[in-house]
Amino acid sequence: MAAIFQGVGAAATLSSSPSNSFVPKKFLTSPRRSFCVPSSVVVRSDGSVNFDLNSKSRRAQQLVANATKADSSAASSSSNPGHELLLFEALREGLEEEMERDPCVCVMGEDVGHYGGSYKVTKDLAKKFGDLRVLDTPIAENSFTGMGIGAAMTGLRPVVEGMNMGFLLLAFNQISNNCGMLHYTSGGQFTIPIVIRGPGGVGRQLGAEHSQRLESYFQSIPGIQMVACSTPYNAKGLMKAAIRSENPVILFEHVLLYNLKERIPDEDYICNLEEAEMVRPGEHVTILTYSRMRYHVMQAAKTLVNKGYDPEVIDIRSLKPFDLYTIGNSVKKTHRVLIVEECMRTGGIGASLTAAITENFNDYLDAPIMCLSSQDVPTPYAGTLEEWTVVQPAQIVTAVEQLCQ
Amino acid sequence: MASAFSAAKFSAQPFPLNHTSTTSHDSSIVFAKPTSLFLGSTRKLRLTSSSKFNLSRRSGTVDAVSDVVKQKKSKSSPSLLITKEEGLELYEDLVLGRAFEDMCAQMYYRGKMFGFVHLYNGQEAVSTGFIKLLKQQDSVVSTYRDHVHALSKGVPARAVMSELFGKTTGCCRGQGGSMHMFSREHNVLGGFAFIGEGIPIATGAAFTSKYKREVLKEADCDHVTLAFFGDGTCNNGQFFECLNMAALWKLPIVFVVENNLWAIGMSHLRATSDPQIYKKGPAFGMPGIHVDGMDVLKVREVAKEAIGRARRGEGPTLVECETYRFRGHSLADPDELRDPAEKAHYAARDPITALKKYLIENSLASEAELKTIEKKIDEVVEDAVEFADESPVPARSQLLENVFADPKGFGIGPDGRYRCEDPKFTEGTAHV
Repeated sequence: MAAIFQGVGAAATLSSSPSNSFVPKKFLTSPRRSFCVPSSVVVRSDGSVNFDLNSKSRRAQQLVANATKADSSAASSSSNPGHELLLFEALREGLEEEMERDPCVCVMGEDVGHYGGSYKVTKDLAKKFGDLRVLDTPIAENSFTGMGIGAAMTGLRPVVEGMNMGFLLLAFNQISNNCGMLHYTSGGQFTIPIVIRGPGGVGRQLGAEHSQRLESYFQSIPGIQMVACSTPYNAKGLMKAAIRSENPVILFEHVLLYNLKERIPDEDYICNLEEAEMVRPGEHVTILTYSRMRYHVMQAAKTLVNKGYDPEVIDIRSLKPFDLYTIGNSVKKTHRVLIVEECMRTGGIGASLTAAITENFNDYLDAPIMCLSSQDVPTPYAGTLEEWTVVQPAQIVTAVEQLCQ
Repeated sequence: MASAFSAAKFSAQPFPLNHTSTTSHDSSIVFAKPTSLFLGSTRKLRLTSSSKFNLSRRSGTVDAVSDVVKQKKSKSSPSLLITKEEGLELYEDLVLGRAFEDMCAQMYYRGKMFGFVHLYNGQEAVSTGFIKLLKQQDSVVSTYRDHVHALSKGVPARAVMSELFGKTTGCCRGQGGSMHMFSREHNVLGGFAFIGEGIPIATGAAFTSKYKREVLKEADCDHVTLAFFGDGTCNNGQFFECLNMAALWKLPIVFVVENNLWAIGMSHLRATSDPQIYKKGPAFGMPGIHVDGMDVLKVREVAKEAIGRARRGEGPTLVECETYRFRGHSLADPDELRDPAEKAHYAARDPITALKKYLIENSLASEAELKTIEKKIDEVVEDAVEFADESPVPARSQLLENVFADPKGFGIGPDGRYRCEDPKFTEGTAHV
């Protein structure tokens, strides 16, 4: 059973799995980085995860991701059993822990306080921390995002929630001009340790405006980092890492993933913001994905395994910057790359990733990179049309078969 | 000399569109009691400890005009508004602002600075009147017309001039330029190129002040933030959104409108349905004050009250300063649209001349003392230019610095190391 290396601690020396080939060397030899300080490094002892769907979902979509290889080398399991929770609860736990740890961490957004967040990520936090630390804002995205940036410049560590990522388009002025730029234009005098987060992505017939993927719009902004979470484990880890980071970080969540259930460790951990996550090691083809498409890919992986293929699946997690080390190692091994994303094709994350891989690893490719993205259409309301807007597992299977000819 | 205040009244009549001047220039506001809310502010915010921030907007009438009309009673002898020390300090700051901006114009035409440079000539009374009342920990947020705000707040003239020359000794290492003056030490939070963009930042700084007092329990934290912006900005959404939030949470902020009647070539009257900006304060639950922005003493009196209000936790104030810029919008603006008569009218109300007259007539200073100050400022400005001239330009290695506070944000390179660990990285040879 492959030890899936989930958590990373640069400062902590690894006590387990020194032979794990997925451990980047730098974490074994360079103890200098004190930026993330987990109390322990956790290596998962088995690769299986179970996902329960929200019972309200109308379509019976199997999101089982039990296509990991069975390889139980050097797996040192943590002695704690961990605890099970849903993804939105994991986000809340991460947020709550950081708020307890640092009194300067605060939350701002619409309905985050008394309502508990439209997706319940901030449920009960206002009761615990007060109305000023979990601030219900009026409906003024541009201004309250700017307010968060001003607060970050003057010493606080705000977490700004966009009720839906699409609403942050209204805050684009502040995100682009101030969030990304002020550290630079001030000559390094002011830091902006802000986290901007919210649900995005195509949901269940939410209509065009509520189904947007903003990662492509934000990716060009210099000075920000972007990460996308996809499991309760990395949701909590990324939330904590983003809050602790001195850089402005945009954390993309997905509307359909909030009710995923997983068992996560009890101890304190973070997920490195700049690293990708190896989901399923393989030999034949590298499939790069993030957020919800990870589950479509894993579903397709089951079919592919039955057909005799051995796909390597990497959840890139860090949308900006890309983890070219993990990605590069994979490309050097498999020589074929398929990118599966929910972003639009034009100017999307996949487009940038294609360019980055071509520039850096062209010699290792046996075939042109394939990129499966959503159609460049405003997401239709009708269920059938909406289904065809995003990439489905069948398309992924076909693409891999094509790549591996 | 009699107090500079006189009673003034404001009518609530609709403003005719073709009116060529806004309000009478004798208008000035007096506040009846220093510790009470201004009249015209109708809010008593009930900040209950339970979870509700409830504002009962229906009680009482909303006055569209804040018209506090009372003669200020003299305390003892004919009350002067300032002491000699204060007077000289104000004068020096006004002259510094003027001399510096004039030198900027010179340097621009000599090719020492480039791009968009927006000069503050004529508006000095607003900057001096407000900022000289602040403490170091108070914050100032400005727009692209920010040189003098930075200088008034205490940023050395050398640092500002170097920044304008694009040298690495500038306050922002040459990376910001004319429109982005920042100083952590002096709490100047910018310098913003897009109008309205700084107002939410100022609101955030004020929020931090309130947070420190109420959440972090720093009981003596009474830092105030001043947001400076123009008449054009008052038609922008961010202005209104922030007025709402500041009043809602009683943030310690003062919104200072530098109404110089022109947004590049757009007259305020052609752009605004109701040109009386101060009236918009009470609509959000804060006092709205109009003051003669060409008179530094009047501005200072209003500022004292507004800043005092904020410090005491009574919430925000909207202050509209009627002022005028003697030069064009920027050094690239031919300034052809403004009526010469209008310019002459305001030139006659030059704030420096006015304060000089006040100081001399009230025997607070002699001509010689003022001349000494002017000479000193000339030397300061000359020295700033020399310093900027001799400073080095930024090296190539500076290009990628300061993009991220934590340079790990540049990511992990193909070799497995963080890009920033590459010794050549800051030379910009590492491709991102």
